[in-house]
Amino acid sequence: MFTSVDDVSARLAETGYLASPAVATTVFLADRLGKPLLVEGPAGVGKTELAKAVAQVAGARLVRLQCYEGVDESRALYEWNHAKQLLRISAGRDESWDATRTDIFSEEFLLPRPLLTAIRGDEPTVLLIDETDKADVEMEGLLLEVLSDFQITVPELGTVTATRRPFVVLTSNAGRELSEALRRRCLFLHIGFPEEELERRIVRLKVPGLGEALTESVVRVVGALRAMDLRKAPSVAETVDWARTLLALGAGTLDEAVVRESLGVILKHQDDIQKAAAKLDLDAL
Amino acid sequence: MTGVAERITGLVGALRAHGVRIGTGESVDAARAVEALGFADRELLREGLAATLLHGAAQRAVFDPVFDLYFPRGVGGPAEGTADREALRDRLARALAADDRALMARLAAEAVDGLGGYGSSPGSDGWSAYQTLERLRPQTLLARVRADVRGRGGGGAAFADRLLDDEIRRRIEEFRRLVGAEARRRVAERRGRDEIARRGVRPTADRVDFLSADRDQLAELRRTVWPLARKLATRLAARRRRAARGTIDLRRTLRSSLSTGGVPMRPVLRRRRPVRPELVLLCDVSGSVSGFSDFTMLLVQALHDQFGKVRVFAFVNRLDEVTGLIDHGRADPDGLGARIRAEATLTGWHGSSDYGMALGEFAERYGDAVGPRTTVFVLGDARTNMNDPNLPAVRDIARRARRLYWLNPEPRARWGTGDSAAPAYAELAEMHECRTARQLGALVSRLLPV
Ligand SMILES: Nc1ncnc2c1ncn2[C@@H]1O[C@H](COP(=O)(O)OP(=O)(O)OP(=O)(O)O)[C@@H](O)[C@H]1O
Ligand SMILES: [Mg+2]
Repeated sequence: MFTSVDDVSARLAETGYLASPAVATTVFLADRLGKPLLVEGPAGVGKTELAKAVAQVAGARLVRLQCYEGVDESRALYEWNHAKQLLRISAGRDESWDATRTDIFSEEFLLPRPLLTAIRGDEPTVLLIDETDKADVEMEGLLLEVLSDFQITVPELGTVTATRRPFVVLTSNAGRELSEALRRRCLFLHIGFPEEELERRIVRLKVPGLGEALTESVVRVVGALRAMDLRKAPSVAETVDWARTLLALGAGTLDEAVVRESLGVILKHQDDIQKAAAKLDLDAL
Repeated sequence: MTGVAERITGLVGALRAHGVRIGTGESVDAARAVEALGFADRELLREGLAATLLHGAAQRAVFDPVFDLYFPRGVGGPAEGTADREALRDRLARALAADDRALMARLAAEAVDGLGGYGSSPGSDGWSAYQTLERLRPQTLLARVRADVRGRGGGGAAFADRLLDDEIRRRIEEFRRLVGAEARRRVAERRGRDEIARRGVRPTADRVDFLSADRDQLAELRRTVWPLARKLATRLAARRRRAARGTIDLRRTLRSSLSTGGVPMRPVLRRRRPVRPELVLLCDVSGSVSGFSDFTMLLVQALHDQFGKVRVFAFVNRLDEVTGLIDHGRADPDGLGARIRAEATLTGWHGSSDYGMALGEFAERYGDAVGPRTTVFVLGDARTNMNDPNLPAVRDIARRARRLYWLNPEPRARWGTGDSAAPAYAELAEMHECRTARQLGALVSRLLPV
């Protein structure tokens, strides 16, 4: 898929994703070694966005399994369309049960879910298993199976094997420690907060009208906030939001009044706002 | 590069010695990564090896210095070095003002070479980062760098300028790190990288002994409280779910119902809502063990919504309830210890620990806090300073409580030595060795009631 690490960076940049060297290298290797990529990091640093960007670059379809507490096989793998099956059963009253059963467990009544969908297609696919840490531990066993063999068995239909392995990205917010076994299957990438230079580039790209001086100040203040040990440190998403807000406010420079008024865009908790205001020497909020 | 395979093997060995679990599969992947990436760019190589060998972000803190030893920036000292301290300081001030990382790295190499060597002739016995930094004193450059940046008009707009001092401090911190890495590299050339990679690289915070951790390490540990708490909360939730089995799998029920012609044969079970357990913590906060108990208190407070009720008591030789202080500890975890010691009554006529007295006071004044739903944890080294351990008080607490655990930050081999009453207490309370955050995490997820 890629010829070099630079190739990864350049092509991701074309889609609007600016990759750090760590991101570009790991994506390159995931492709070369054919291993799933486990991306961990705080909220809003571009984990999900990365998978989308890779799909776009590769001209691949993006299949997404969004995990949540309670997600199970029937949401991840496949499900039989019970309603339709029951209808079929009652429609065929005079048929033999055997005939009915063969019929209702056929393709027509199958609802494929993301994992099966990703494995079945012939076209290039990026499989995004998003927020894996939100799923229950039981789900991991299933993922492990699928990611080892890239095949899924539907007892009534037989085994489906991937003719073309999808490029797999798992994301996690480290809300829960994923199992050692699952980690071993994957290349590991931690995306933290970006270096100043990279973050300035992201702001320039996403909020082009902001102006160089203001862009620089925004990134500096965000950097200072991140060093403060807050409950929720501002992420790239917040930096971009803040930059947009400042642009909308028509702020020319960053001064105390502007910061005081817009701090709520970057910080979500009241105690964080107070702590930051104190450390930044803002007058009473 | 010569001996790539040996380098990878060495790197893997050193990481394993630091507790990173790496299987052969990962080593093979690492070799393939090196092959795919080549040696042209050392930073890409670093990222590639990290991606194949590591499984978590916390491991990165040991990975980077170890990588620097097995894939060093270069060999030997800098081409041109100087022992002229003032000249070095001048150049360093300019590099810091410009935030020029590459130049800072070169200056770190020159500084270690020129100022860090020790032995009968400089460098004959080794290189010391400590000595280099003591002589160079980069922290004293702050005012100069600030003036320099402002002089160039680089202080930024009026507002951002107030961030400047902290930014410069972070750059100085980065320089100190570079000096540390450079000194390790030079020493490793002399003494062998395998040894330095094992002994010269700080362990990850979760593997540092609470009792020997320094201020920085304790601060680093406190920053891990929230991630650790979240991790533990999910483990507790999983245990709770397992304990409250009784839900059914709707899909399977319906599916199996198809074989009976669509008639669901199994009833739906309702999950009962369990009563949340209660927790009482008794914490020795005297100097020797305060790092341990402060960390544990913060962790328990971070987990408090897992429980019906959490009450925390601190003691040295007198005991006082600090539940309220802990609740506020969230906003300022670093100040928690000081606040407890300032606001609670913890000592009587003298300042050293007296477990017997404190536990007696608890049983007497707060006995009601413990009931059949309460799990009690005592945190401390059980060193009573030769006072009476007051076993009847402990027996009384154990009798009232659902469970009584004792977490001891001392290595098991020291229990019972000197004034330690650990063996006697261990007869009445289930005592566990708890020396590191890693051990604490494992114990908490196993012992906490759900
Ligand atoms: N390197 C980057 N290049 C371009 N945009 C980025 C980058 N990193 C983050 N962003 C921006 O930040 C926003 C948040 O990213 P995203 O939703 O992918 O975060 P996330 O890490 O998946 O967060 P969460 O854990 O909350 O799901 C995106 O809309 C994207 O515009
Ligand atoms: Mg996301």
